[in-house]
Amino acid sequence: MTLDAHIPPGPLEKKWTTYKNHAKIISPANKRKFKLIIVGSGLAGAAAAATLGEQGFNIECFCYQDSARRAHSIAAQGGINAAKNYQNDGDSVFRLFYDTIKGGDFRAREANVYRLAEVSASIIDQCVAQGVPFAREYGGLLANRSFGGAQVSRTFYARGQTGQQLLLGTYQALSAQIATGQVKMFPRAEMLDLVLVDGHAKGIVVRDMVTGEIRSHAGDAVLICTGGYGNVFYLSTNAKGCNVTATFRAYKRGALFANPCYTQIHPTCIPVSGEYQSKLTLMSESLRNDGRVWVPKRKEDCSKPPHEIPEDARDYYLERKYPSYGNLAPRDISSRSAKEACDEGRGIGPGGLGVYLDFADAIKRLGRAVVEERYSNLFEMYENITGENAYERPMRIYPAVHYTMGGSWVDYNLMSNVPGLHVLGEANFSDHGANRLGASALMQGLADGYFVIPYTIGNYLAAQFDQRHPQPSDPAFQQTEKEVRERVQRLLDIKGTRSVDSFHRELGLLMWDKCGMARDKAGLEEAIARIPKLREEFWTNVKVLGAGENINQSLEKAGRVADFIEFGDLMCRDALDRNESCGGHFRTEYQTPDGEALRDDENYAHVSAWKYEGEGKEPTRIKEELVFEQVKLATRSYK
Amino acid sequence: MNFTLRVWRQNGPKESGRFEEYPAHDIPSDASFLEMLDIVNEGLIEKSVEPITFDHDCREGICGTCSLTINGIPHGPGRGTTCQLYMRKFSDRDVITVEPFRAAPFPVLRDLTVDRSAFDRIIQAGGFISERCGSAPDANALPIPKTIADLAMDAAACIGCGACAAACPNSSAMLFVSAKTGHLGLLPQGKSEKNRRILKMVRTMDEEGFGNCSNYYACEAVCPAGIPAAFIARLNREYTVASAKETVGAAY
Amino acid sequence: MSASSASTSSSPGIVSSLITWLFSSIGKKVVVALTGIVLVLFVIGHMLGNLTVFFGRDVINAYAMHLRDLGPLLWLIRLFMLASVAVHIWFTMLLWKENLAAHPQKYAVFAPMKTTIFARTMRLTGLFVLAFIVFHLAHFTLLLVDPGYASYHADLHGREVHDVYRMVIEGFRNPIISLFYIVSLALLAFHLSHGIGSLFQTLGVTDKKMRSYYETGAGILAWVLFAGYISIPVSILIFGLGNGVVK
Ligand SMILES: Cc1cc2nc3c(=O)[nH]c(=O)nc-3n(C[C@H](O)[C@H](O)[C@H](O)COP(=O)(O)OP(=O)(O)OC[C@H]3O[C@@H](n4cnc5c(N)ncnc54)[C@H](O)[C@@H]3O)c2cc1C
Ligand code: HEM
Ligand code: HEM
Ligand code: SF4
Ligand code: F3S
Ligand code: FES
Repeated sequence: MTLDAHIPPGPLEKKWTTYKNHAKIISPANKRKFKLIIVGSGLAGAAAAATLGEQGFNIECFCYQDSARRAHSIAAQGGINAAKNYQNDGDSVFRLFYDTIKGGDFRAREANVYRLAEVSASIIDQCVAQGVPFAREYGGLLANRSFGGAQVSRTFYARGQTGQQLLLGTYQALSAQIATGQVKMFPRAEMLDLVLVDGHAKGIVVRDMVTGEIRSHAGDAVLICTGGYGNVFYLSTNAKGCNVTATFRAYKRGALFANPCYTQIHPTCIPVSGEYQSKLTLMSESLRNDGRVWVPKRKEDCSKPPHEIPEDARDYYLERKYPSYGNLAPRDISSRSAKEACDEGRGIGPGGLGVYLDFADAIKRLGRAVVEERYSNLFEMYENITGENAYERPMRIYPAVHYTMGGSWVDYNLMSNVPGLHVLGEANFSDHGANRLGASALMQGLADGYFVIPYTIGNYLAAQFDQRHPQPSDPAFQQTEKEVRERVQRLLDIKGTRSVDSFHRELGLLMWDKCGMARDKAGLEEAIARIPKLREEFWTNVKVLGAGENINQSLEKAGRVADFIEFGDLMCRDALDRNESCGGHFRTEYQTPDGEALRDDENYAHVSAWKYEGEGKEPTRIKEELVFEQVKLATRSYK
Repeated sequence: MNFTLRVWRQNGPKESGRFEEYPAHDIPSDASFLEMLDIVNEGLIEKSVEPITFDHDCREGICGTCSLTINGIPHGPGRGTTCQLYMRKFSDRDVITVEPFRAAPFPVLRDLTVDRSAFDRIIQAGGFISERCGSAPDANALPIPKTIADLAMDAAACIGCGACAAACPNSSAMLFVSAKTGHLGLLPQGKSEKNRRILKMVRTMDEEGFGNCSNYYACEAVCPAGIPAAFIARLNREYTVASAKETVGAAY
Repeated sequence: MSASSASTSSSPGIVSSLITWLFSSIGKKVVVALTGIVLVLFVIGHMLGNLTVFFGRDVINAYAMHLRDLGPLLWLIRLFMLASVAVHIWFTMLLWKENLAAHPQKYAVFAPMKTTIFARTMRLTGLFVLAFIVFHLAHFTLLLVDPGYASYHADLHGREVHDVYRMVIEGFRNPIISLFYIVSLALLAFHLSHGIGSLFQTLGVTDKKMRSYYETGAGILAWVLFAGYISIPVSILIFGLGNGVVK
């Protein structure tokens, strides 16, 4: 099986325009005849549903939360990038494109990334028109900040609530379409399987999380916009409900899963304080603009209170190792350095898993007032959670799983190898390569939903006119429904002795140890050996109380964890297969003498797309070679 | 720390509910309220008692899903959401009563989860700015004074949790509605639809069965987003103006 | 996104949209506020009028007479007052009914959260004030409590007028009646200490900063009214106001 990304011909900067000029347009009269199934109401899903609904398609949109407004996009704090060059500091579409490709450690597809940079500017226009209250200067123009180590100020933000404000914009647009009846919204509905009719994705099977009803929804195409799978680690900055189920079920139905091992670890999160901990809280990276990261030089000092450790006994390791970027070194690099420091036993706080983020100098330099004005909400949040006052004593931070670059494989049309199945947002693999730059995921989600899919979906639909519209009564749906029912019933019937969470925790720890910030062959092989046992025990010993006929949160979790366990295996295989270090994927065997990631462009400048081969069989890896016409591969150096 | 929980248990929307008492033993003071419930639930599962159902997702205080009334206060003591409430705020051996958000338009689905879709329907009635995707003018084409943008942002911060209506003795949704009409009405982009939006949203709010505002200010006291009741005053004024315009058939 | 359905085509009829406004949650509130203002103004004016009792028999009798001389105008005013009270009560009762329906199940644990006792008891204090007004009218206006009052006459610059002065003095010499007045006036003060501040919020003529000023102002005014009013029964009962004049 070979993969064709269907990248349009022509020079990079012309591709998208040419594509749009020749894209198949579907007449309003015909749009009415189509029904699209959109799973997810985050930035990607809601934007797609609102836009396609506005265009006249009939939409059915699903989310597991009680309201479309609560998708996890809401948690994004920092901001959204766009090549507006409003600050006139030399930004451009090409620069954003290049930064993204480079930030992704040259493991992303040029054409997609360039398109992303191209449409980024329109996103801001769109959002402002919707009433997103971005920060402004006194003159009334939009304000920008430099974010995640970018050398230009291209990040737009709304206080510490950028994701929330952008999501509310899409949610409101979506609500307008729901009011017109173009979109039917199904909250508290979880997709449990994908339905194929003659090899085409034509619908889904969902469980109504209130009544427990399991039913099918048929359409002419399916859009999966279900976000990331960071919760495979149990502890992450993702919402509790975030899951891999939608994309993993699609994988089991034949949709390739690309680069599952690419996960991003965010450097500035609040450290774990105990095993009861249910999630990790991210603190905006903007803190690194003024905070200085350090650990004690000597192990012995770790137990001392920070103010008792003299300057010369402190190791400001980021400033030491990366003079030019210092505390603003990219996420993967700062995260790994923190881990190294802790592995050397120089970590601070509970379990020695933490480093200091110190604002003493900033307060000296700018005065407490300025620091308060910039970060007071974050300092409050930190104090609320840890009970410590960061004005007096440095913050404790530690890296946490934050974002997953991997996802369903999609071509330039955002369509997977399964015809009719489109995957948008964090759920696909397309734009961030091996590492995502700060403030680029919001950009991608909205780009996919507002500006890409509305043009590209026609390509598939145009060929579907003569097809009869599938119905939930079709045998294919009946069959899938039956399988889903059986699976749910099995979970309820096990009646074992261990809670779902205990399995999830165990899986999370395993993944974090063996497939986390640093990975090696032995560890990955061990994980691959252990996961089947865990899976075996789960399916014989998990304890899911209650019935299927009403809200049953243990049952919901059980279904997700079951998929995470199998998916964990796939992640480890991908990590094991990729014998190089790149971006978020760091294999200790492959590093430079001074501990930097060592890429192998000879053998690994490709996308690893994994194909499900059936129960008990090993998945096969299919390569999509990455061809770079514009950029020449360089070692990513932030020294 | 040790606590005694009195938790509202109710199997389904139509069933009647009751309080059950559960001990919560050895709870770390750094645990969040929801993590405390997780621990209690693990214990219940041990004993083959169905765990307590409660809504939550982000556990960061931003998604607005968590919705518990703790000792009579939606989201419990202090500012912020239930998920951002930490057990160190309580004292050892406290008896803590946990109830769902209560309001006629928020029917209980199970235990501590309620149905807040009424809020979605209010937004659908007009809580948006109509524009066509892809045809928006340049974002800087229309400058907005920082003061206006900031005020709009104050209102836009609403996380749609419903605590205002749950805290209001009249179950009035005025704080939620006024936050949205305030956010969109303050911005020049939202002006053209302002009056229509206000009329539709307030009428839908009434139809959904929310109460009337008696200026009790409990909503303001519990709002995790710190939305000031001044936005309710603004809505009162703007709604009457909009009605007047509608009455005399003036362009609205 | 464009939302064609979200746009009402043409504005509905004048009457219908007026009714819609009137009975909308906010409309009802505004009506209560407006009638509330009328009532407040009356209470203020009425207190000032009553205080003339301290300037002696002739002054208050003259004041009362001038009122009476207004003739038909007085009736218009009375009608207007009556309507205001009626509407005020009617609408507050409508609000009450809806608010009970909107909040059928109270919390097991009561927590006031910022809501003052005055705000929470508006309906009760209001109803009590109503009861007071009824009694009060029977007492001093319809003269049902003590029909004897009707026979009180005084000479004002050669003109025979109803001796309001004596009526008031004797009325308040009865400690039970005085006590009833004082209690009622306290409850009115309760009612107004929330009500007056509240109406600015209802009418939307306030903001974050002004609200606290209005609220303190309302409190002060309410209790000034209280003091002004009870000064009369108190002076009569305790300091024997009018003892020299009325045996
Ligand atoms: C704490 C945090 C901070 C972040 N900060 C930034 C930032 O500053 N800048 C930036 O660019 N990015 C940031 N990100 C990343 C960014 O927010 C996300 O990558 C992006 O919002 C994902 O959007 P999405 O629409 O793809 O998915 P989501 O917003 O996660 O939406 C997923 C949707 O799918 C639904 N869903 C999921 N599974 C199912 C199922 N099985 N059945 C039915 N429905 C389902 C959910 O209900 C939801 O509606 C941050 C992420 C986190 C966690
Ligand atoms: C002299 C008599 C009265 C005066 C001066 C008066 C004045 C006021 C004022 C100023 C308000 C504030 C309106 C607002 O909040 O916007 C108010 C509210 C109210 N009044 Fe009265 N009132 C009087 C009599 C009554 C009576 C007889 C009742 C009988 C029930 C009553 C019941 C109420 C109630 C329930 C409210 C609160 C309405 C709400 O905010 O929901 N009042 N009154
Ligand atoms: C100590 C307190 C009060 C005193 C001494 C007092 C005195 C009087 C007197 C003497 C009259 C009759 C006037 C006349 O017959 O010419 C009167 C009428 C009236 N009072 Fe009072 N009053 C008091 C408090 C109040 C209060 C608190 C209210 C309202 C809440 C009120 C409402 C009225 C009304 C409505 C009338 C009828 C006016 C009319 O005849 O049109 N009074 N009062
Ligand atoms: S106004 Fe405040 S309390 Fe009400 S829904 Fe919004 S955030 Fe929640
Ligand atoms: S508490 Fe209720 S009465 Fe009004 S001020 Fe808030 S809505
Ligand atoms: S769980 Fe998201 S706000 Fe509490």
